[in-house]
Amino acid sequence: MRLVLIGLTAGFFSALFGVGGGIVIVPLLLLLCAWDARTAAATSLSAIGLTAVSGVIAYAIHGDVRVGYAALVGLPAAVSVAGATALQQRLHTRTIELLFAAFLVGIAVWLFVR
Amino acid sequence: MTYALAVVLGLAAGVVAGMFGVGGGILFVPALVALGLDHHAAIGTSLLAIIPTVFVGTWRQSRYGNVRWRAGVVIGVAAAAAAQGGVAVAIALSDATLRRLFAGLLVLVAAQIAWRTRAQDS
Repeated sequence: MRLVLIGLTAGFFSALFGVGGGIVIVPLLLLLCAWDARTAAATSLSAIGLTAVSGVIAYAIHGDVRVGYAALVGLPAAVSVAGATALQQRLHTRTIELLFAAFLVGIAVWLFVR
Repeated sequence: MTYALAVVLGLAAGVVAGMFGVGGGILFVPALVALGLDHHAAIGTSLLAIIPTVFVGTWRQSRYGNVRWRAGVVIGVAAAAAAQGGVAVAIALSDATLRRLFAGLLVLVAAQIAWRTRAQDS
């Protein structure tokens, strides 16, 4: 039930602000379900995959998906994500969580001033 | 030059995706806007770029045994459904005000996570 609530919140905010659902899913899994940072991050990625597929279909119908540009940014990301995932396994959970908190503050500042 | 910047932002998006479990859209969207796409096309294209990123990320994380599949499916399906409603509200409300409210919320969440992490430590 909590998971459904997390999903609904994530989907709503992600559509509202154009941020991926992960920025909502990970904090809620940490705070509401008391998961550790690694499990929360990993499970969030699997959930975002489903949401992104459904979103792409909706945008593609309106002709708002450019495959070439998606490859230009998405393929480098697909390479670096593997390295970052490996690095994440070596970090202390506490370190990941504090870095994530700093990352959220950075995004907040950016959203505020943009 | 813009293409090089887009690739760098793409690499950075993969790093935050792997480290924190976000999709990378937060970096894809500005990169795509810098390439000249309008807001809607940037979001639609960003969603497509997220797919290979989270596919590789989920695959690697599952090898490390960190993915809870059932929870992932429940959250993903609920989020996909709610996103449809979110789009309708997004059109109706003021963009700047909402963005700032969300920014404030993120700071509170960050403080809460940092607080919890420190509390567990002691």
